[in-house]
Amino acid sequence: MQKITRDALIEKAQTLLDSGVVTRVLGWKKGDFDYDVTPALFTDIESMKKDFVFGDFCGANFSKYLLKETKKIGVEGKVLVFLKSCDTYSFNQLLTEHRFDREKVYAVGIPCDGMVDVNKIKAIVGDGIVSIDDSAEVIKVETLYDGVKELNKADILLERCANCKSRKHVAYDELMGEDGEVIDSNRFDEVEKLEKMSADERFAFWQNELSRCIRCNACRDVCPACTCEKCVFNNPNSGVENKAAANSFEEQMFHIIRAFHVAGRCTDCGECSRVCPQHIPLHLLNRKFIKDINSFYGDYQAGETVGSRAPLTNFTKEDLEPSEAVNREDK
Amino acid sequence: MFNETLIPKLGVIIDVRQDTPDIKTFRVVSPEGKKLFEHRPGQCAMLSIPGVGEAMFSITSSPTNTEYMEFSIKKCGCVTTWLHQAEVGQNVTVRGPSGNPFPVDDVFAGKDLLFVAGGVGLAPLRSVINYCRHYRDRYGKIDIVYGSRSKDDLLDYQEIINEWATDSGVNVHLTIDREQEGWDGHVGFVPNYVKELGFDTNKIAVLCGPPIMIKFTLEGLRSLGFEKTQVYTTLELRMKCGVGKCGRCNVGSKYVCKDGPVFRFDELDELPNEY
Amino acid sequence: MRKISLSNLDGLFAKIAEKSKLYIPVDDNKGFAAFKLWAEGVKMSNALNTVRSAKDFFFPQMENLMEFKTEGKNIEIIDIREEKEDFVVFGVRACDVKSFEILDRVFLSEPVDSYYASRREKGVIVSLACGKPAETCFCSAFGIDPATPAGDITAWKTETDLYLKANTEKGEKLLSQVEGLTEDCDDKAVEEQKKAITEIVKKLPLQNLPLDKFGKGKTKEYFDSPEWDELSSHCLGCGTCTFVCPTCQCYDVKDFNTGREVKRFRCWDSCMYSDFTLMAHGNSRVSQKERFRQRFMHKLVYYPDNNDGLFSCVGCGRCLSKCPISMNIVKVMKTLGGKENV
Repeated sequence: MQKITRDALIEKAQTLLDSGVVTRVLGWKKGDFDYDVTPALFTDIESMKKDFVFGDFCGANFSKYLLKETKKIGVEGKVLVFLKSCDTYSFNQLLTEHRFDREKVYAVGIPCDGMVDVNKIKAIVGDGIVSIDDSAEVIKVETLYDGVKELNKADILLERCANCKSRKHVAYDELMGEDGEVIDSNRFDEVEKLEKMSADERFAFWQNELSRCIRCNACRDVCPACTCEKCVFNNPNSGVENKAAANSFEEQMFHIIRAFHVAGRCTDCGECSRVCPQHIPLHLLNRKFIKDINSFYGDYQAGETVGSRAPLTNFTKEDLEPSEAVNREDK
Repeated sequence: MFNETLIPKLGVIIDVRQDTPDIKTFRVVSPEGKKLFEHRPGQCAMLSIPGVGEAMFSITSSPTNTEYMEFSIKKCGCVTTWLHQAEVGQNVTVRGPSGNPFPVDDVFAGKDLLFVAGGVGLAPLRSVINYCRHYRDRYGKIDIVYGSRSKDDLLDYQEIINEWATDSGVNVHLTIDREQEGWDGHVGFVPNYVKELGFDTNKIAVLCGPPIMIKFTLEGLRSLGFEKTQVYTTLELRMKCGVGKCGRCNVGSKYVCKDGPVFRFDELDELPNEY
Repeated sequence: MRKISLSNLDGLFAKIAEKSKLYIPVDDNKGFAAFKLWAEGVKMSNALNTVRSAKDFFFPQMENLMEFKTEGKNIEIIDIREEKEDFVVFGVRACDVKSFEILDRVFLSEPVDSYYASRREKGVIVSLACGKPAETCFCSAFGIDPATPAGDITAWKTETDLYLKANTEKGEKLLSQVEGLTEDCDDKAVEEQKKAITEIVKKLPLQNLPLDKFGKGKTKEYFDSPEWDELSSHCLGCGTCTFVCPTCQCYDVKDFNTGREVKRFRCWDSCMYSDFTLMAHGNSRVSQKERFRQRFMHKLVYYPDNNDGLFSCVGCGRCLSKCPISMNIVKVMKTLGGKENV
């Protein structure tokens, strides 16, 4: 797969800005290090040339950002958004749910061969990263303590990229480079491992993982499926509003309630696990739902098309009876 | 073990008075029937019903009242709605006093005073007004401008008519927003009424009420020649600890619960406009 | 100065744990560190710092404050406070040690917070010098020396030994408790390490932040800065920065009805949350921009205003590595302070 460059994206943005197709660009701004890029909105090409970056650390899924961007009052024209293949599924899902105005967006699909997890880099090279050169397949990391180390990109991919489900863009106005294919990935392997555990083992697994939760709500706030205007967990009158990682609530309820709420709508974009400061593998909860939905109702990928009826919100006579789902054997 | 300000005292509601359709005044004492604690005019206290919540209220009774404390509370949120259905004998928890009082013994002493209130905004001023009435000889002329949506929404109406208005040197100017049957007093909004009354500037003014009333009344007073250093008000923000630690009522470098609720307008100018 | 061979670290921990609970940084199954109760077999992490800060020991994320029993119109208030046990926290870094001073100024100022104070009274802090600071570290910008952290005891770890020096009476007492295991020594190795750390710190990228641009009396200067719009524009409004921060101290007080009694507890809260300032009649901070601004203004201006110019940031770098969108106090300081790429 050809590597998309910063220059190519700037050139594309310039063309679209100059021709008036778009009035602003959602992109990434360089940070203090080579890995801490921040989502940013650019309104002119000069600031893009100065601050815009694109590379292996641009993992953020911009689909959800479009909600705010398209609702801005007094802002004319379309916003240009660069979407990786996985992002396009969230994009479609949000359109299915009527969450933003498609007419206010110009989506450019960009090829992606996986984004990199800086935590994985740090686990290998340690602290004190001076620079990261990600222009080639072999990524060079220089640290204060250990000189330059060469890392294979495959070893440091974000979890969701290591298990990429699709390099095919399912939504765009324009595509840069060639489109990829839906991938027969191993993304359910970890779920299967959990399914093979005894109930006690599985409970212990989740208790260990979820006990680290600090209830920062980053998973919810970044999630493109979590777009409620007012979340039940922010409602003091709901009886479940609880900021504290108090007692067993976090371990048993918050994440499970959230997983249920996004079931059938989660595209498996993996943002929840990417942003979790406590590296809880939250995507596994969602994947379990996806796997079950696939096995009970036939393969379904949320966001594959706009307007698709998800199995959980669409009754058919062939649907399996609740008892069948409840009494299923542990596989 | 240290004393803990977060742990409240137990109080008992011994009287509930329906002042207006949505404001009730609660009289609270200790289980032994005594006043719970001393306070200064303008200070607040946290009332709570366990399981419902805790919230900050002005102590509306005067510090000179040695028997009980009163809280005039408008029904608008969780705690207030719960309190409004409470009956005499109901226990509540009380902690305080919180915040800084009005400078009644130094800055106010010997001066003419102008109190301007709108709606439930009279609640925080009632303790000051009654304190100043109690020590009548320490202060000059007292003017009270008070307005509400209607006659029925005037808080403490009986006390105003029967006690305040009959005091010598105390002038009460009441107004309601719209004409109403049985009302032969002034009709109009508070800020306009203040301007119409046209006070001389040799006095201290204290404003309390909805933000829009405060804004226009201050403008009116400024046009009459008042300096911001002569005008006081109280702020209200969400509070939890009441002692300047939980961070909720932080505005600029001030904590409303600890450094307020009483502020002078020139002090507010130093704060970011976030209240 | 006392020292003990690293090979006998377990012996040292066992000795300390005889008298009081001992917490040390421990790696989890993914290699991230957290403070855990020491027990036989628990190994100390080599990570530079824990994901959560050490503030939990004095200001835990959730704690019960009191209980109420209610029956009809009656309420009973139950003070559930108990005498706390002695405990030792081993391996606290210089930044986190400094954070205790910042928290002390809030919780130990009048009226003293007894929950915090009683833990502070019982806790003994053994700090650990930072042999290998990370690129995200900027404690020295706040005048903190990672080579000589404060605390009741300061410890330095070399390849072979652990060096210990008591700074307070509490520290002396703990050192005397482990006297039989440690030996007297000179400070040559420690001085060498300090020198090495100082050299490394000079090379760290975030040492020269424009701190002189912030501090007391700067509210007017920055509150209406147009830069807040862009800085906050993609903030998710989550509480990650707040909850990993060693100096954030805002809390919520809430009631939980168990059916038998009402537990009043407090828990960490975040000014980044939309309901932080929500009242029955409205919200004083209506958009994320205002909430975002509050957090940084508080750390860089409001807190210094009330605390002799002391900043409410210790440069631990946690928010730099944990923010989902990589927006942080360093970027705020550089943007507002007008010094790009310091």
